[in-house]
Amino acid sequence: MSVNSNQNGAPGAVLNEQQWNAITQAIAGLNRDQLTWVSGYVAGMAAAQGGAVAPAAAAPVAAAPANTPTLTILVGSQTGNAMGVAKGFQAQAEAAGYTSKLVSMADYKPRSIKGETHVAVFVSTHGEGDAPDDAIEFHEFLGGKKAPKLDGLKFAVLGLGDSSYEFFCQTGKDFDERLGKLGGKAIVPRLDCDVDYEDAAKAWGEQLVAALKDDFASAGTHDVVTVQSGVAAPSGAEQMYTKKSPFKATLIESQKITGRDSVKDIRHIEISLEDSGIQYRAGDALGIWFKNSAELVAEFLELTGLSGSEEVKVGDTTVSLSEALTSKLELTLSYPTFVKAYQEATGSEGLAALMEDKAQLRTYLAERQLIDIVREHPAKIEAQAFADAFRPLTPRLYSIASSQDEVEEEVHLTVAHVDYEAFGKRHQGGASSFLCERLEEGAEVEVYIEKNDHFRLPENTDTPVIMVGPGTGIAPFRAFMQERDAQGAEGKNWLFFGNPNFTQDFLYQVEWQGYVKSGLVDKITLAFSRDQKDKIYVQHRLTENGKEVWEWLEAGAHFYVCGDATHMAKDVEAALVSIIQEHGGKSEEDAKAYIVALRKAKRYQKDVY
Amino acid sequence: MSNEKSPFIVEGKLADNERLKRESNNLRGTIEQDLKDDLTGGFTADNFQLIRFHGMYQQDDRDIRAERGKQKLEPLHNVMLRARLPGGVMTPEQWLVIDKFAEEHTMYGSIRLTTRQTFQFHGVLKPHIKLMHQTLNKTGIDSIATAGDVNRNVLCTSNPIQSQLHAEAYEWAKKISEHLLPKTRAYAEIWLDGEKVETTEKPVEPILGDNYLPRKFKTTVVIPPQNDVDLHANDLNFVAIAEDGKLVGFNVLVGGGLAMTHGDKSTYPRKATDFGFIPLENTLDVAAAVVTTQRDWGNRVNRKNAKTKYTLERVGADNFKAEVEKRAGVSFAESRPYEFTTRGDSFGWVEGIDGNYHLTLFIENGRILDFPGRPLKTGCAEIAKIHKGDFRLTANQNLIIAGVPADQKAAIEKIARDHKLIEDDTSNQKLDSMACVSLPTCPLAMAEAERYLPEAVGRMEGLLASHGVADDSIIFRITGCPNGCGRAMLAEIGLVGKGPGKYNLHLGGNREGTRIPKMYQENISEDEIFTELDTLIGRWAKERESGEAFGDFVIRAGVIAPVVDSARDFYE
Repeated sequence: MSVNSNQNGAPGAVLNEQQWNAITQAIAGLNRDQLTWVSGYVAGMAAAQGGAVAPAAAAPVAAAPANTPTLTILVGSQTGNAMGVAKGFQAQAEAAGYTSKLVSMADYKPRSIKGETHVAVFVSTHGEGDAPDDAIEFHEFLGGKKAPKLDGLKFAVLGLGDSSYEFFCQTGKDFDERLGKLGGKAIVPRLDCDVDYEDAAKAWGEQLVAALKDDFASAGTHDVVTVQSGVAAPSGAEQMYTKKSPFKATLIESQKITGRDSVKDIRHIEISLEDSGIQYRAGDALGIWFKNSAELVAEFLELTGLSGSEEVKVGDTTVSLSEALTSKLELTLSYPTFVKAYQEATGSEGLAALMEDKAQLRTYLAERQLIDIVREHPAKIEAQAFADAFRPLTPRLYSIASSQDEVEEEVHLTVAHVDYEAFGKRHQGGASSFLCERLEEGAEVEVYIEKNDHFRLPENTDTPVIMVGPGTGIAPFRAFMQERDAQGAEGKNWLFFGNPNFTQDFLYQVEWQGYVKSGLVDKITLAFSRDQKDKIYVQHRLTENGKEVWEWLEAGAHFYVCGDATHMAKDVEAALVSIIQEHGGKSEEDAKAYIVALRKAKRYQKDVY
Repeated sequence: MSNEKSPFIVEGKLADNERLKRESNNLRGTIEQDLKDDLTGGFTADNFQLIRFHGMYQQDDRDIRAERGKQKLEPLHNVMLRARLPGGVMTPEQWLVIDKFAEEHTMYGSIRLTTRQTFQFHGVLKPHIKLMHQTLNKTGIDSIATAGDVNRNVLCTSNPIQSQLHAEAYEWAKKISEHLLPKTRAYAEIWLDGEKVETTEKPVEPILGDNYLPRKFKTTVVIPPQNDVDLHANDLNFVAIAEDGKLVGFNVLVGGGLAMTHGDKSTYPRKATDFGFIPLENTLDVAAAVVTTQRDWGNRVNRKNAKTKYTLERVGADNFKAEVEKRAGVSFAESRPYEFTTRGDSFGWVEGIDGNYHLTLFIENGRILDFPGRPLKTGCAEIAKIHKGDFRLTANQNLIIAGVPADQKAAIEKIARDHKLIEDDTSNQKLDSMACVSLPTCPLAMAEAERYLPEAVGRMEGLLASHGVADDSIIFRITGCPNGCGRAMLAEIGLVGKGPGKYNLHLGGNREGTRIPKMYQENISEDEIFTELDTLIGRWAKERESGEAFGDFVIRAGVIAPVVDSARDFYE
């Protein structure tokens, strides 16, 4: 990294000796930063003369040489949240006049980190502290022996997670620690975002932008450099309807699609996007804002001796407590911060004892919704304190089960209605019971599209695809097939689906039968766990069909997994590893490398939750 | 089979079922591929029909068909299996096997006793079908040819008293069944994983023919004076003629049948024609000759006119009989006299002439299931565990615990009472009532039958009581469609399903089952039916002669004309 690389003599082919001497004189005595600046300046002049160096951009451009400060935003996102926050930060940086490069870690060559000057990492954490798929390789690289020294690097890390899990924001913590160990210097302290991350993320972004000012301002005027971000520009509609300003859509239909004797209640939901201009692609998710049930709100009020008419402040607005509980606060999922705040406000001794042991608290929360905590520890509480104990309500994301090629201005979802008995009482999911029970057909529901560019059909329509989607994991594959059908795609399609019972739980059975009949779908392999003595799941079927799965992969097939992250996706990956070992004649290590290669080639994509 | 053209062959474009039989590779079709297709619980195309020849019907729960359509689920496909059980006789060991299978592998958990003197499993899902056949096979039962265009399960009067005569007649029922059975190995290959044997020899089926019969074919062996099997509902009937309590031969009656099609007057129920007497040694030859004549002369163009009864009407009974004599190499002698006095089962204990006892249990609708407070199925299984004789299924859907030694009587009766298999307050009307299965499982059903029967019988009982004849009864049958499984066309009062809640009301059959009832009112509601019956039963109670049955009364009183020759007067 030095302009002195040619100190042994003039590069005769480019400059004559006189020119060379003039240049060496002019730069003699400059410090490192000054040299860096000059290199950029000169490169910019060259670009202006030739006009061919920079990509098409509105502003006059200068290409950034290696040591000019550059801001690279690295994203490891599983559900799209981290990507969303990263894009938000990019917008903040741009507003401040800094250009940046936003890259998914999946598309980022790990060794390139050595050439970076400023890096902002946005990464989520899943399951037991696992990195999102996008980030696995880079995460491992930084923690491994091949990781380079990063003495000149300045970085910032924003982690996303859910504090109800034990390894909260673990991947973010790992990046923070590893980048620091390798010699990097943190620009601002790491932020660990919980489920309600938006305000905190925004504040952190501002802080980071401010902290970058010195470096980027000292770099002079060339902050107009534009680097291709690799992320498609958002469409007008996508900008118009966002999480913060969703579209008021209409529920067309909510139809149970499991049989009357099913142990599951799964709904097919059709929502009209008419006149919104919203465009989505197969693989995207739909964000749903929901309202909590009136019964649940009433019970919270009753247990705490509140009327509901009390005025409370939530964020910047003042509303009645009832309204806050119904539309603004998270009442179903349980989280430790509620216990803490509720305990502090009520002085509950039982909860205080519970909080002393983190593991015990975790187990306690895992089995309960917030209402259970209040039922077990009812107490008088002041209205504002009560409202403050809750997290803000966050919308839920559902993988879209339709393609606009087929359904045009509609969007379809496959929703499991969470509805079960526990501790002698009925429990329901917040968004799912809103969609499946409380929302009447024809009523309004606020939605937005959450893009997911990491779950896409292959661009080449001849490429075969293997889809593993048990339970509601079938949703995006219905969208995929609608899209492939509309495209007249020739590529082969193989679905692995599973659920408890064939007669009750074969989701979209007649549609899949139709696709097989028409020749669109080549194979459907089913695993109905409760139809025989031994439970059979999709991963078992994959193994049984290992030889053919391997042949498809070797023929270039893309492999998709959607559904449960905790067990299914892991079991499927384990099955895949053993299939590659057995039928590809590889060691376990090579089989894993094969999977990494698949992932890098975007041939192994997951949409798991 | 001769290639010679007969004037009695109906020319024309063959019915599609003829194609599927011809192309089926002797009933194999592509059933095996369908079994491997786990995307659907059903069978496809021809196989849907072909499995009938293996004793199964594809059905679905029609009550929830529309609901499942909305759920984007296919109909709840399953199969009904009808066992082959000549004469309805089975061992207690066999009973326990089917009891267990019904419990573990059917949707409804019941054993159904049918009017074909056998049992049915309802609601068997495709993955369990092979297991079902293999389970039955291990205990010596199969379901070959209990449906489809073949000779079906052979009935035999369940006469428990004349033990010796029953034993002989039953042996013949078995022999006839075996003799007329398809010879193809399709059943063994498909369901029992039997070895696949390449046969080039044709025909594979010397009697049925490789295109099988034009239509279903039903055979009985009847022991007068009991006509429990309803011989006139059958194509071929052997009426047992005994001398000194020993079987010597049979009167042969051909061409009975009850099915018809609504609105098609070329279809009608018909009584069997008496061809005459044959000695025992000609039995199998005559059976084969009747079957092959129907095979060659039956109508293969129009399935609605394909049964033996129409062949007889078309070619003339005499021509048919002469052909049978020619083919069997026999001459029918003049019929021996016999008399039918009853069709119903006599409930309770009787002592057979061999000194053993027989207990006939009334099974409502033939449905053996553990009902709340009435654990019938458990009761039957408990009896099977200690019983040393046999189980006999009757053509009236009842069950006989046969061959009980005197010292076992009390124990068996106690189990029967404890499990409500014996209930002393069952009315005579209930005993004389019958219905087919119909909705929700039967794909042909047009109106409720079995599920409506309890209510209908209740109303009948009410009418009889209101007219002061509560202890009397009328043979009352409901069939959900005109195919006639409920044998309403041999009832004194017969209801034939026409549409939801609507029936054709037929009157004028007799108690012996030798006269077909005529349509009295068409397409009327349940209330209208009972309004009519209220008037008629009222008149019968007042105006009847001593011992005069309802069916005889309505004819004598001129309420309805008797059907004498149904081919000509049924619709008049």
